[in-house]
Amino acid sequence: MIDLKHMTITKARADMEKGEYSAEELTHAYLENIKTKNKELNAFLTIFEDAADEARKVDDKRKSGEKLGVLAGIPIAIKDAFCVKGRETRAASKILQGHIATYDATAVAKLREADAVLLGMTNMDEFAMGSSSENSAYGPVRNPLDPTRVPGGSSGGSAAAVAGQMAVASIGSDTGCSVRLPASFCGVIGFKPTYGAISRYGLIAMASSLDHVGPMTNSVLDAEIMFDVMKGPDGKDATAIPVSKAQALKPVAKMVIGLPTDLPTEGVDPRVLENLKESAKRLATLGYQIEEIKLPNVRYAIPTYYIIVPAEVSANLARFDGVRYGLHVDGENLLADYALTRGRGFGKEVRRRILLGTYVLSAGYYDAYYYQATRVRELITRDFNQVFSKVDAIIMPTTPGPAFEIGTKSIRSPLEMYAEDLFTAPTNLSGHPAISVPSGMVREDNVDLPLGLQIIAPKQRENIVFAIGKKFLGENKT
Amino acid sequence: MLSIEELRKLAGLARIEMPDNELEELRGQLDEILGYVGEVSKADVSSVPEVSVPDLRNVFREDYGPHENGKYSEAIIKNFPSSSNGSLKVKKILEK
Repeated sequence: MIDLKHMTITKARADMEKGEYSAEELTHAYLENIKTKNKELNAFLTIFEDAADEARKVDDKRKSGEKLGVLAGIPIAIKDAFCVKGRETRAASKILQGHIATYDATAVAKLREADAVLLGMTNMDEFAMGSSSENSAYGPVRNPLDPTRVPGGSSGGSAAAVAGQMAVASIGSDTGCSVRLPASFCGVIGFKPTYGAISRYGLIAMASSLDHVGPMTNSVLDAEIMFDVMKGPDGKDATAIPVSKAQALKPVAKMVIGLPTDLPTEGVDPRVLENLKESAKRLATLGYQIEEIKLPNVRYAIPTYYIIVPAEVSANLARFDGVRYGLHVDGENLLADYALTRGRGFGKEVRRRILLGTYVLSAGYYDAYYYQATRVRELITRDFNQVFSKVDAIIMPTTPGPAFEIGTKSIRSPLEMYAEDLFTAPTNLSGHPAISVPSGMVREDNVDLPLGLQIIAPKQRENIVFAIGKKFLGENKT
Repeated sequence: MLSIEELRKLAGLARIEMPDNELEELRGQLDEILGYVGEVSKADVSSVPEVSVPDLRNVFREDYGPHENGKYSEAIIKNFPSSSNGSLKVKKILEK
């Protein structure tokens, strides 16, 4: 039996190099675990039953002494939003039912080039619209730590896969919270790099000016390894930025970490704010300098976000019309085909955002909503940039509270769900890199639920985020 | 508050067929959401140009390496809800 608890890329790699088990055996262990747990957790929409064949190829390569990639034989789960060639890719929507991707997303292709083994497609909020993974057309995902609770969203299946020992690592997309929030709710690491650091080619777009690709892992080092594999410019994504020359890290004692004192607190669990203070203390004990900072426009992040996102959604999702792929509902003419296909193929939240986006972009409302929001977005970005002229990193909670029970927020108001993105959406608007690392537990109904700490750095200074994250979790010792 | 007619028009523009009872439910929700996102009007944006876009830069790449003709056709055609002899089949849009 391979012990999958707290398995990391580095450990699996070392074990396989020593010959303790093969990639095929490791893959089998994960597939078995998926089969046992997925009925309850619904983390995977598609399981690649033939993953062990892929693993065997890696084993053969190893035997023949071929050079292996850094993820050789590592079983990885993919969010259903990424095109994986030859596999059904649906973004957890009915409208893409039966859509078989004809090519690999760049992030997926890079994982393959590094000899990773893909385990399957993970469940999510439909088209990544949600913060709980309850909006899937294929049923909600459940949190492995407490199946009565949500795993967070939108990459809930990818988070549950890592937390539930159904994959060593996974990838997700993060438009407003979607990698970091589920990572926080499930007690794993979630990382969103600088905007454009990882190509989005082949990621089914939600809001293109905010969509990021990122890994979910069991260690900060693993997140860094995954990032290094996936990053880099891409001729197929014009927003992908070149890899910048690595800037040297300052010694810990010279590093200044900003602690915001003016974060919005309405609707925030007091234990979250307490946990942030404790995290700041822990970082101070580790030798970092903590400095109080202000981010006055961050309180506008959610309203800004929920104007820009629906606007971009209404444009990006116009392509799903039942003509070239996926669901097609026949009407009396082509226009009726479109409307019926989209009416039945899109779930409630998707329809809500498309209509909201259509409204904020319509003549007469454009200036008050969309234009105003893009200007406030600039203010939020400036807040970060100004603070980064004085500090090396900023810390913030990941979420306003721990994982909540399935059905409790979704049935009330959409606004309650939107508020979950309070601390994560600001860096999607600004494009700064941010990681969520587990920072403590709170007890609710006899279950210990994790909270997350976000560490944010200047653009293209991912190395700062990783360095502080490792130190915070005590990873440097191993 | 948005009227049901306005919502019907939006749904029409977005090409989404929705029953009236659902539009009615959406009416209240959109109203609540719009009230909330309207908060952005309180921010003082006088220091920001009227048309503000995130950092933009030109990206060029070599135009090279076209794939061989028809390499992906079969996979793409398989995804078509309706096809005929390797072509995408769509409804007639012009009436006589």
